[in-house]
Amino acid sequence: MSWWNRLWRRKQMEEQLEKELRFHIEQHAADLIARGYEPVEAQRQARLALGGSEQVKEMCRDARGTRWIEDLWQDLRHALRTLGKNPGFTAVALLTLALGTGATTVMFTVINGVLLKPLPYPEPDKLVAVHGHTDTWNSAVYGEQNVAYPDFLDCQRESHSLEMAGMLFNGATLSSPGEPEYVDLREITSGFFSTLRVPLFRGRAFLPEEDRAGGEPVAILGYSFWQRHFDGNQGVIGTRIVLDGKVYAVVGIAPANFRPADQEPDVMTPIGQDMAKYLHNRQAHPVTVFARLQPGATLAQARAELALVSRRLAGEYAGTNKGRGLIAKPLRPDVGDVRSTLWLLLGAVTLVLLVACSNVASLLLARAVSREREFAVRVVLGAGRSRLIRQCLTESAVLGLSGGVLGVLLAAIGIEPFVKFWPGSLPRAGEVHLDWHVLVFAIGVSLLSGFLFGLAPALRAPVRQLEETLRAGARIVAGSSRRLHSVFVVSEIALAIVLLVAAGILGRTLLRVSSLDPGLNTHNLLVTRVALSPGTLADPAKIRVAWQDILDRGQRVLGVESIAAVDTVPMREGNNQLGYWTSADVPPQNQQPFALATCVTPDYLKTMGIPLREGRFFNVEDRMGRDPVLVIDDVLAQQAFGAQQAVGKRLWIADMGSGPYQVVGVVGHVRHWGLASDDQAQVRAQFYYPFAQVEDGLLRRWSELMSITVRTGIAPLSEVEPLRRELRGTTGDQVLYEVRTMEQLASETLGTQRFLLLLFGIFAGLALLLACVGIYGVLAYLVSRRVPEIGVRMALGATARDVMRMVLRESVEMILIGACVGAIAAAVAARLLARWVAGVRSTEPWTFALMVCVLVAAALFASFLPARRASRLDPTSALREE
Amino acid sequence: MTAEKSDLPQGTLDLLILKVAALGPVHGYAIAQRLQQVTRDVVQVPQGSLYPALHRLENRGLLEADWKESETGREAKFYRLTRRGRAQLETEAASWKRLAEAVGLILRLSEGGAE
Repeated sequence: MSWWNRLWRRKQMEEQLEKELRFHIEQHAADLIARGYEPVEAQRQARLALGGSEQVKEMCRDARGTRWIEDLWQDLRHALRTLGKNPGFTAVALLTLALGTGATTVMFTVINGVLLKPLPYPEPDKLVAVHGHTDTWNSAVYGEQNVAYPDFLDCQRESHSLEMAGMLFNGATLSSPGEPEYVDLREITSGFFSTLRVPLFRGRAFLPEEDRAGGEPVAILGYSFWQRHFDGNQGVIGTRIVLDGKVYAVVGIAPANFRPADQEPDVMTPIGQDMAKYLHNRQAHPVTVFARLQPGATLAQARAELALVSRRLAGEYAGTNKGRGLIAKPLRPDVGDVRSTLWLLLGAVTLVLLVACSNVASLLLARAVSREREFAVRVVLGAGRSRLIRQCLTESAVLGLSGGVLGVLLAAIGIEPFVKFWPGSLPRAGEVHLDWHVLVFAIGVSLLSGFLFGLAPALRAPVRQLEETLRAGARIVAGSSRRLHSVFVVSEIALAIVLLVAAGILGRTLLRVSSLDPGLNTHNLLVTRVALSPGTLADPAKIRVAWQDILDRGQRVLGVESIAAVDTVPMREGNNQLGYWTSADVPPQNQQPFALATCVTPDYLKTMGIPLREGRFFNVEDRMGRDPVLVIDDVLAQQAFGAQQAVGKRLWIADMGSGPYQVVGVVGHVRHWGLASDDQAQVRAQFYYPFAQVEDGLLRRWSELMSITVRTGIAPLSEVEPLRRELRGTTGDQVLYEVRTMEQLASETLGTQRFLLLLFGIFAGLALLLACVGIYGVLAYLVSRRVPEIGVRMALGATARDVMRMVLRESVEMILIGACVGAIAAAVAARLLARWVAGVRSTEPWTFALMVCVLVAAALFASFLPARRASRLDPTSALREE
Repeated sequence: MTAEKSDLPQGTLDLLILKVAALGPVHGYAIAQRLQQVTRDVVQVPQGSLYPALHRLENRGLLEADWKESETGREAKFYRLTRRGRAQLETEAASWKRLAEAVGLILRLSEGGAE
């Protein structure tokens, strides 16, 4: 019979035990009567012979080996009873714990989904990312390199250990069916879905014969795009769509949440049909490569193989592939910079949880001290030390677990709003939900916290000086318990200070960076990307005309003050970093200084409101065939020419051709990387070059990147529809997309800081509240223990002020120690913040001092109430309590 | 020989119970009686520790128990040896014998030495 079975049938076992022993006694008694004893005497003798039947039963239960579980059961019921008897205490403790574990669970759920979960493909540990590598490549600035398409094809053909798939980021205008729309296009290899082992939602993947020049034009739709643009109509398979003027047959629909490289594509087409020059040139490296290790192959084998292939390529195509290698790395989800934010927040909620724990611990301790008499009685009745500790821990575990269950419920409710509330969009948000990892975590956390706050009271439980306790009726607060109480108060205060200071620093930072000059006038400025009509893209002359037409027509829209075109807009994603040099002997790329290159039309300066410092900005004379010119910002002027006059100097920019560029003007610096991040950015220097001087060969690619910025006299968003109508182009398929105001962009760059501030603010407020409740509770308790003592003091002549001072002195001591410890910890926390959050300075003495003052004031207020109560005691009734 | 009773050496109660139960299903009171009769009151079998020992042996799977009618017509819990119990009885009996012989040898040796 298994132990749970026995536990289940406990009642039956008890009855049988009773029956068995009764049988023994009666049988014995009957024998004695047969030998001539009186019935009553016989009964007595039989009982005596067996010994105390309760003890025998107890020993039998012990012998059955289910003792611990029975004890646990008993402890559990006892704990529930005790908690039920103190509904006030239980409610406060449960609420505190539920908030603590709930917040921690929410954070862990996010971290689990975003950082810990493997990629959502079968056998994710077999997936590999393949990057290009060149020694002269500055990967610190550019990040990992992608792979040239011809190199990819060679690798794919020659590799035996890797199953490879490639993907190219692109965009296109979908002009039919429905409203023309600019879509996120991915050109993929035919084995893309099979390499990732992802089945399509409907239809089929691309066939190998479709993935080559001249193949049948086919397309796969992304799930969300299919839902949005085609209303989820499954009949779309087999129909035709028009992308950049070319007709494609829809053959499949990708599954929901299919996000290769963490972005869901709108439409996918076969990469092999794309005849773009840069795609068939080994010098350009646009293809993102995923691969899966073949069964039995190792990463080391794959690396060796790739090294072999790239060496062969370097020999065969020395001009493009010399010194070029390929690196294979395990494929990891790309989550960008949320990692530090998430860990910061987990740290913050852990602090809140710790405050909650020490709060509950001090409450429990207070109760344990007043239950000293109960424990003493139980010790006298034979309870062992370990038994009492176990009982105390069971009680706190019950509290912790119930708090945890409530916390998980809170987390289940709170997780969705939290993810929605995330600034921008949380990467891998689709994978953030409660699962068994989270449940295990939550149970672990609540048990651990139960153990944490239960340990101190439990260790106190076995009473020393038994008789004294019994006699004194537990009126004295033993020194050790008072010290323990102080430890809890001190740590609560210290933890609260860390959170308060962190919140203060974040708030201060936000205030400071919001008031920074962005370098341009963000007011009444509209920014939108424009996709030219697909029909114009083939001919550079047409492209130039189309852009000029956009600017001319835009200028005529009512309320538009000026309009310009630009490739990379400040404070929006996207930048173009190029190496520059001040003389003709340009060193290798990784030794050049870098600057942000921006391609603009002449009205850009006026439209953006960037101040001109020296020289001139571009005009219509700066066009093809004239001297190539640049305008630099004052950071680049300082960096390249120091104190010298910059206008008239020349710059060599290797990536923009061999000829030197003439610097014709200097303008103010623009915070391209966002208000907070710009100061820490690696590349801050900027230069502008005229769109009119971009070579014909590059025009098409450039056109795909261009946006327009519009300075308006009225609210900028009200201009969107008039502009949309006016700029449709002659064929009606020219579209505006990603429409923003500059104010939105500027504000979005502070999203993380604002989000962190809000959460830290909430956490700090919570911690402050908990700490005050803790201080209040502990002091009120200590005062109530000392009522007779205070009575004596007052009877001996102490005034109300003396009593108040006595009580306050105690709390001031705790508060000051806590403030000191907290200040040290907060200094460490401030450095972490400064490292992880853009714009934060770790030295903010005023914020620091202010926050410590706030806490000390709140803590003093919390201790003032019990102190006043003590001072108003009536000595006679206080003494009578003794 | 006086009527002075000795305490049961540690661990032998289990052996004795197993031996008694080996003779056939038997209830607790009968075991106590049997032990008393067989040891002719020389060995003190504390009735209080009999039942915990029975429960322990049952728990270890050396004994099995059923509720059956006793000779007096009342329901009683009858213990009987399991196969594992029989094996245990054999090994324990053998080791007890060896121990007793060894102790006896030593005692005789010291008597011989004193002569």
